[in-house]
Amino acid sequence: MEPIKRLRSTTVVMPSTNIDTDQIIPARYLTVTTKTGLGQALFADLRYASDGTPKPEFVLNRPEAAGSQILVAGHNFGCGSSREHAPWALVDYGFRAVVSTAIADIFKSNALKNGLLPVIVDPTTHRWLLEHPGALVTIDLEATELALPDGHRVAFPIDGFARHCLLHGVDELGYLLSQLPAIERYEAAHGR
Amino acid sequence: MPARTMFDKVWTAHEVVPETPDTPAVLYVDLHLTHEVTSPQAFALLRARGLPVRRTDRTLATMDHSTPTRTEQVFGDEPIGLTDAARQVHQLEENAKEFAVELFGLRDPRRGIVHVIGPEQGATQPGMTIVCGDSHTSTHGALGALAFGIGTTEVGHVLATQCLLQRKPKTLAVEVGGRLGAGVTAKDLILAIIGKIGVSGGTGHVLEYRGPAISALSMAERMTVCNMSIEAGARAGMIAPDELTLEYLAGRPRRPRGADWDAAVAGWRSLATDPGAAFDSRVEIDASALEPMITYGTNPGMVLPIGGAIPSDRDDPVFERALAYMGFRPGEPMLGKRVDVVFVGSCTNGRLEDLQATAQILRGRRVAPGVRMLVVPGSQEVKREAEALGLAEVFRAAGAEWRESGCSMCLGMNGDTVPAGATSVSTSNRNFEGRQGVGARTLLASPYTAAACAVAGKITDPRDLL
Ligand code: SF4
Repeated sequence: MEPIKRLRSTTVVMPSTNIDTDQIIPARYLTVTTKTGLGQALFADLRYASDGTPKPEFVLNRPEAAGSQILVAGHNFGCGSSREHAPWALVDYGFRAVVSTAIADIFKSNALKNGLLPVIVDPTTHRWLLEHPGALVTIDLEATELALPDGHRVAFPIDGFARHCLLHGVDELGYLLSQLPAIERYEAAHGR
Repeated sequence: MPARTMFDKVWTAHEVVPETPDTPAVLYVDLHLTHEVTSPQAFALLRARGLPVRRTDRTLATMDHSTPTRTEQVFGDEPIGLTDAARQVHQLEENAKEFAVELFGLRDPRRGIVHVIGPEQGATQPGMTIVCGDSHTSTHGALGALAFGIGTTEVGHVLATQCLLQRKPKTLAVEVGGRLGAGVTAKDLILAIIGKIGVSGGTGHVLEYRGPAISALSMAERMTVCNMSIEAGARAGMIAPDELTLEYLAGRPRRPRGADWDAAVAGWRSLATDPGAAFDSRVEIDASALEPMITYGTNPGMVLPIGGAIPSDRDDPVFERALAYMGFRPGEPMLGKRVDVVFVGSCTNGRLEDLQATAQILRGRRVAPGVRMLVVPGSQEVKREAEALGLAEVFRAAGAEWRESGCSMCLGMNGDTVPAGATSVSTSNRNFEGRQGVGARTLLASPYTAAACAVAGKITDPRDLL
């Protein structure tokens, strides 16, 4: 995984609450056996008409959305299924952070493992971001702060271990494998 | 020793390395269930790193999600309709062979939905930690296991190390007093609980369902309740094992035997939350006051008693968009709305009792003209039992389709879908936009309610037909 320290990007805003994993990537796109190319299927039912053409009114299809790495979404983003295809699709599309007032547990865990920053902000900051789509925002993982265009900074919570792994590009499997002696001791002591 | 919750006992017993402020806990996994959709990239990771599956004896694979339910495709010569789905099914067969993982393959008599077969085989046991790349792994908590869904990267972690890196969640006690009335089921109870605490109310918590109304539930009903914990945002739900749990497990193929059984039972009896143990939070609900529930929107928290009307006092664009998707208007009653498709099945309500409840309504009646009804058993074992009891005949005589086991219409990825714009009453667990097919409108309800709606062709209170 690529280390990630700092992101500076305009935002794309999807204000809906409870954007679930079936909206992020519908189940019919889950029959893949690799991770690549899923960006095409991101928000498919919202993004494309039934004949496959892009719906011009959907936010990702607007010209100003191009190149944005930060998605600002309504409360409880990513609820629903454990499909890691959801963060895979967001990352493959080009997003590196999701900002909301709440992000569902399994989605958050999956996002962290794929270099997609889950950024939880207070309701006031969130409202400002929702009301200012396209704002140029900086997310500083080292300082764990999000900076608004006027320079106002808000801290965001992130698990220290996950932060360490993201900053240094450490892969968690490597860490777990280094625990194998302890795992073997546990198995012997607990009859497993 | 201070009073402890059941969750705390199970968690502590599986800490290989406890968490610190800087590092998550290394948590041991007793049973890893896997299926065709969320495993291919995990096996690919193992292959890329030259790692074996560390504990094949603690890993069990089945196929359910993208698996067809048409008998001709499962047992006949007809190929699987969707090429990608077929590839995924074959990929799991290859991975299982290469890594020596036990697989209940397409024609295996033990195959079924992953959360149905675990308990059915006795692989799911009290006090275990159980994970699967599937959010409804919470189902297994009905037997007093700590069971939760994980992502594919974590599936790879467990395959390689039998462990996971986890932060310890908080606990939420859901106290259910009273007793469910006639025609009101465990599905109605869990829908009411989600309606009360909301779709993100359980985030970061493990729920423990407790109280007289929970103790009175059958094992299948307990699984229905724990299954939908994730719809309240909680990763896991648990119910303390009791005599009923032991009875359920006795005789199951994968239970411990002989002296191991006695030792296991002694441990299981000490799992329940100690009197006076503290939970981080608590909610109460009175089962006696509940009615059959039905959802009207696009998440499971948008739910009301079946005789109720859609709220008309919400000034919220998201709410309005959900109603527009469903084709409903604020203030409308639910009773009498037209129904196009009825689906009975899924890991929420695809067990024998659910099919018995469905048959109770369908016996001697017919599915209304213009309604398509699909009844899909949760496992091949459930299918055989239902056929032995004559239930399949009841379904067929009523005009419903009777299928092989699988996830089927719960999610639109195996060929079973609800058409765009059609209204479906479904015993599954998610009414998200597009969940059952592009543009499909899903109403979640109990098997009783689903069957009653099929017969009437419109939303109907099942108590009128019982
Ligand atoms: S039945 Fe539905 S919820 Fe259950 S495992 Fe299958 S797809 Fe998931």
